[in-house]
Amino acid sequence: MHCAVLQFPGSNGDIDALGALRSFQNVTAELVWHQEKSLESFDFILLPGGFSYGDYLRCGAIARFSPIMHAVQKAAASGTLILGICNGFQILCEAGLLPGTLIRNRNLLFRCEERLVRVETSDSPFTKKISSGSLLHLPIAHGEGCYFAREETLQELHDKDQILLRYATSKGEITKAANPNGSCKNIAGICNLERNIFGLMPHPERACEELLGSTDGRIIFESILDHVHSGARSSL
Amino acid sequence: MKVRVTIMPQAAVLDPAGVATAHALEHMGLHGVRSVRIGKSIELDIEGVTEEELHQACRDLLSNPVMEDYRLEVLS
Repeated sequence: MHCAVLQFPGSNGDIDALGALRSFQNVTAELVWHQEKSLESFDFILLPGGFSYGDYLRCGAIARFSPIMHAVQKAAASGTLILGICNGFQILCEAGLLPGTLIRNRNLLFRCEERLVRVETSDSPFTKKISSGSLLHLPIAHGEGCYFAREETLQELHDKDQILLRYATSKGEITKAANPNGSCKNIAGICNLERNIFGLMPHPERACEELLGSTDGRIIFESILDHVHSGARSSL
Repeated sequence: MKVRVTIMPQAAVLDPAGVATAHALEHMGLHGVRSVRIGKSIELDIEGVTEEELHQACRDLLSNPVMEDYRLEVLS
């Protein structure tokens, strides 16, 4: 699997993502600068966390107009798997590739801590190796991670099984106390209708080594790898 | 052409910064605060565009229609 990790001015999760991807066998990964125009040679595209363009105007709003985003739109339409982490999630929402948006955390705090998320469905290339209802320990680090969408959009996300991750307690309950940022429905990650684009606020790339306190992020990348290697991409 | 774009969070969107500011106003003794909403104001000096192009810029870049409304004023 050949992976692209996009690099915008202000990205800071790019090197973590590159390191995490390269820790898997049969994976090659390279950084792609935002001024590039093509992503055709890649099987998988990752938009990393950070503060692209200083988060000016709105998080992800300016990155959305980077030249590379035309290539991302094209890859998205052709069914290539795309993962947006944190600021990458914000960029995908701004670009209209995922519904809704991320706004200021309801408590106004920048939350930098480990959280539990419940996997809501295995029916996606990103969660196919994880049983529905499993809990993952993943770090979060954001000030604007409160997922917001209109009521009808939230209903559609639920009906079409597009909510992949929700913040939960250690017993797997979806409660207000388990929600670090005030996200609607405790949403931590969603996919698009075609299920080839996944955006999440937690950082699976920072949970791929024992030394970092959790290896729960690995199963997300293993799912992606499995999906790409099994050639399921063309069936999307 | 000088243009001002005022961008405000939609009524249905929680504005935590506005709520915090409302509390601070109460604390400084201004009672009776019913609501505080915080938006932004953007001033442009621009030539050679139609009003429709400006509206498109407001919808596509300057505001996010999912959570914000905008008002466009031509100043001069």
